[in-house]
Amino acid sequence: MPGITREEVAHLARLARLELKSEELDHFAGQLDDIIGAVARVSEVADQDVPPTSHPLPLTNVMRADEVRPSLTPDQALSGAPAQEQQRFKVPQILGED
Amino acid sequence: MTDNSTIIKLTAAEIAARIASGELTAVEVTEAHLARIDAVDEKVHAFLHVDREGALAQARAVDEKRARGEKLGPLAGVPLALKDIFTTKGVPTTVGSKMLEGWIPPYDATLVKNLKAADVVILGKTNMDEFAMGSSTENSAYGPTGNPWDLTRIPGGSGGGSSAAIASYEAPLAIGTDTGGSIRQPAAVTGTVGVKPTYGAVSRYGMVAFSSSLDQGGPCARTVLDAALLHEAIAGHDPLDSTSIDAPVPPVVEAARNGSVAGMRIGVVKQFRGEGYQAGVVQRFDESVELLKSLGAEVVEVDCPTFDLALSAYYLIAPSECSSNLARFDGLRYGLRAGDDGTRSAEDVTALTREAGFGDEVKRRIILGTYALSSGYYDAWFGSAQKVRTLITREFEKAFEQVDVLVSPTTPTTAFPIGERADDPMAMYLADLCTIPTNLAGNAAMSLPCGLAPEDGLPVGLQIIAPALKDDRLYKVGAAVEAAFVEKWGHPLLEEAPSL
Repeated sequence: MPGITREEVAHLARLARLELKSEELDHFAGQLDDIIGAVARVSEVADQDVPPTSHPLPLTNVMRADEVRPSLTPDQALSGAPAQEQQRFKVPQILGED
Repeated sequence: MTDNSTIIKLTAAEIAARIASGELTAVEVTEAHLARIDAVDEKVHAFLHVDREGALAQARAVDEKRARGEKLGPLAGVPLALKDIFTTKGVPTTVGSKMLEGWIPPYDATLVKNLKAADVVILGKTNMDEFAMGSSTENSAYGPTGNPWDLTRIPGGSGGGSSAAIASYEAPLAIGTDTGGSIRQPAAVTGTVGVKPTYGAVSRYGMVAFSSSLDQGGPCARTVLDAALLHEAIAGHDPLDSTSIDAPVPPVVEAARNGSVAGMRIGVVKQFRGEGYQAGVVQRFDESVELLKSLGAEVVEVDCPTFDLALSAYYLIAPSECSSNLARFDGLRYGLRAGDDGTRSAEDVTALTREAGFGDEVKRRIILGTYALSSGYYDAWFGSAQKVRTLITREFEKAFEQVDVLVSPTTPTTAFPIGERADDPMAMYLADLCTIPTNLAGNAAMSLPCGLAPEDGLPVGLQIIAPALKDDRLYKVGAAVEAAFVEKWGHPLLEEAPSL
């Protein structure tokens, strides 16, 4: 099984939208390598013909009737927003200038 | 008039009975516990937020209801400490993280609604490992909780605040959540009772998700009967939660009132001993097995070889689900936002916010989960872990064809010193060795005190595991064991805790 390098941690952090500091990259690379090494034993069952279990219960989608019901007011829904404007969530720019 | 030092030692069942009979008022009981919090919580740090006014208002409402002759809930006026992972309308909810510091939810979790319907008085929110990731409550962004038996030691995690609150008599009841052992493991190391109900028995609506296929809310208490009363108050189907079981709640209170193991077949799991287990823990567990035999149970050994892979599977599945669940903390709609100086894109602000808001353990698990789910590694890591999960579930099913319940130590060691495992994640993860298989399979389990380890004088937990939807068996066995131990010791174990 492959080890986990500093560069891989940096790549994974980008995928996970996590801006790690340089010292964190070194720190986590070492620890994650240890953890991956310790949990690698799951691969012992990899080629076995066993169905995977994703959930202890059989899940079914829960549907409700399509009808108007009381819900949070706009003020309540926005009450925890870091920034708001005109009863909307105010977010940083999504698209670049080009 | 009963004095405060007497009130705080009462069980939840006793408090409810005395309030119902008019011997005590809910306000007196609440004030006694608030005074206890004032006296000891600076040292214990079980609470992140005490809702003094809210608790007294709830208590007054109970007293008025009684005065009007209205029917009271089964736990009317009993104070409770709530893990800070459940949303509470108008009361801060932080999940032990800087990410949600100061956030005030606009709605109650279903569990909170159920507690209010049972007339429980919610004292406040308890300390926890950030986003419930940890085995020691040291990962809280607000500082660790101390173990009431020895404040320099951990109270277990992630629900250390909840167990410490009941062990230090700040509340008779508490709520925890158990993803890999976070109710049972703190119960074991604080000498209290903790139950992980069957997966889906208690609604997850309004409980901040960590690993959705494993997370389960449940009761923390000082006695088996109190845990059963709380279990019945919070369990039941919730249409707002697609993982909620639509089936009757097992008769747990009745079981707790009729404890017995006579004629039962009880299995000892061969895999839950050996290297890494503290001698005093094994000794107290062996004595518990002898006790079960003396009470009329037939004890057999069962072999579950795949349990040896459970920890590995858990530390791939839980981080994977966490990396997905915690994607919602993007700094856009609620919680912290960092680096928004008008020049950065939403993507950069999200990355900076997550760097600033999450602690080490959360970051570690997000990276690990992202790795386990990433293209090219998915089958080897996440896929294999899910196969292990199938094998563990099958081994439980096979074991429960032979026995009614399984028993094991709850934790391999007693409470370790704060800081001892802080830089060694794998050593920390071992604390949940015996509890994790149950979360993977979704069945029910309880931890209750079975004595003090001779070498350090700290509590040892006995774990009882039952099949899914047979939670009442935990209480039947637990109540019998508890009664036998209390008779043997002459008092509940917690009374031996050094005074705070």
